[in-house]
Amino acid sequence: MTTTAIELVDVNKWFGDFHVLKDINLTVQTGEKVVICGPSGSGKSTVVRCVNRLEEHQKGTIRLDGRELTNDPRSIASIQGEVGMVFQQFNLFPHLSVLDNLTLGPTKARGLTRTEAETRAREYLERVRIPDQADKMPGQLSGGQQQRVAIARSLCMEPKVLLFDEPTSALDPEMISEVLDVMVELAQDGMTMVVVTHEMGFARKVADKMVFMDEGEIVEQSPPEQFFANPETERCRKFLSQILQH
Amino acid sequence: MKKFIFPLALLTLLAGCSGNGTWGWYVIDPTTKSGWTNIQFLISGMWSTILISVIAAAISIVLGLVVALPGQSAKRGWRIVNRIYVEFIRSIPLLPMLFWVFYGLPIIFKSMGLDIPIDPFWGAIITLAISDSAFTAEIYRSGIQSIAKGQKEAAQTIGLNYAQTMRYVILPQAIRCILPPLANQFIYIVKMSAFASVIGMQELTRRANELVVTEYRPLELYSFLILEYLILVLIISAGVRWLERKMGSDERM
Ligand SMILES: Nc1ncnc2c1ncn2[C@@H]1O[C@H](COP(=O)(O)OP(=O)(O)OP(=O)(O)O)[C@@H](O)[C@H]1O
Ligand SMILES: [Mg+2]
Repeated sequence: MTTTAIELVDVNKWFGDFHVLKDINLTVQTGEKVVICGPSGSGKSTVVRCVNRLEEHQKGTIRLDGRELTNDPRSIASIQGEVGMVFQQFNLFPHLSVLDNLTLGPTKARGLTRTEAETRAREYLERVRIPDQADKMPGQLSGGQQQRVAIARSLCMEPKVLLFDEPTSALDPEMISEVLDVMVELAQDGMTMVVVTHEMGFARKVADKMVFMDEGEIVEQSPPEQFFANPETERCRKFLSQILQH
Repeated sequence: MKKFIFPLALLTLLAGCSGNGTWGWYVIDPTTKSGWTNIQFLISGMWSTILISVIAAAISIVLGLVVALPGQSAKRGWRIVNRIYVEFIRSIPLLPMLFWVFYGLPIIFKSMGLDIPIDPFWGAIITLAISDSAFTAEIYRSGIQSIAKGQKEAAQTIGLNYAQTMRYVILPQAIRCILPPLANQFIYIVKMSAFASVIGMQELTRRANELVVTEYRPLELYSFLILEYLILVLIISAGVRWLERKMGSDERM
């Protein structure tokens, strides 16, 4: 039996007068991998940021594990840490060592002891294949390594869902695959993932569902085979032909 | 042109020494007994000036943070509290505030049934600290705002609450932008502490004033007073520059 991890029902959001999300409906099952793509400014980031409460939506319902997200600070606190997020710009804490970046959340928000948190941190550093960088500062690492640290930092919170907002867009081309490889492994291990990306190779490999957004709407939602073989809408077809050319 | 001003000023002073009646340096001539006593009397105010300034600065550093944090809140109400405090305190000149604290506040305390006397020492400290805290708060604000939004968001997504985010993520990074201007603010406090003399605090300015009354030598005594502040401030400035270098060269980040 599958359970629903994330459910968005008729979600609407405005930035001032600007209607950035229009009637978004999206369901993510536990263990499912959803890839969101679409042109710049279409609202992809805003959707994932609403899911982990970095942004508030104004209309509609978002449920995580069946619990509705409200603006009650306690509800916000309870989901943050359960929903991990990997940012385009990594957002590592530059003043803390790699190890301290990883143990901060578990020790302060989860109440783990330093030793427990360190054991866990080293485990996940192993998983993202940089066990030997634990004592470096983030600034001493390459972009690809930093992003993998950021993924490990999210994993240390043992989240139910992991959100990725263009995790490879800020990387030099030669470093993209090392990050994608780690993400593919995560996907194979059964992590529930929502990934905003234009890496269509990755999408073909792991996605259970493709979502195409344009101008604040979900224009198309379908399994990857169908999505890539024959997109329903002209807008989606055009977008795909543009990014697949590269 | 600039490099002539200092020797010129020095020359004027020295010319004065030659005794046409304008200058009477005897009043602080360390080779005479009375002159030496006067110097000791003047310098003895240094301790109070430093103590007042240091305690006021310490309070202001804490108070400024307490004022600055609501200014960063997502809730508009808290931000308004911060703005009102900062704008209000910044607009009050130090001297009226000093009078209000020293002469007015005890009356309020008494009306509340509290017997809290305010002596010149604490009156000066409270006033300086409150007055300075509005500036300190603004220094914290710009320091906190210099840290990219992504840092706060990353902290949120690993479950840190507001206080933890500030304590472990934002402030440790903001401190390099905060510390140098904060140290500069200390110079402001030292200079403003001179106002404490009017409520009877025995610090540098008060000592000079008292001696002027008995010796009738304002020119020499106030020159000496200015020199005392100058030396004090120059020492602190050197400390600030050292701090700035240290902050700037810490390339670990
Ligand atoms: N805080 C904000 N205030 C006002 N407008 C915003 C804000 N954040 C985003 N927007 C606008 O909302 C729209 C959608 O932004 P969003 O970042 O979700 O797009 P995106 O699909 O992620 O685009 P990109 O591919 O460029 O990252 C954009 O037009 C953007 O300018
Ligand atoms: Mg985006």
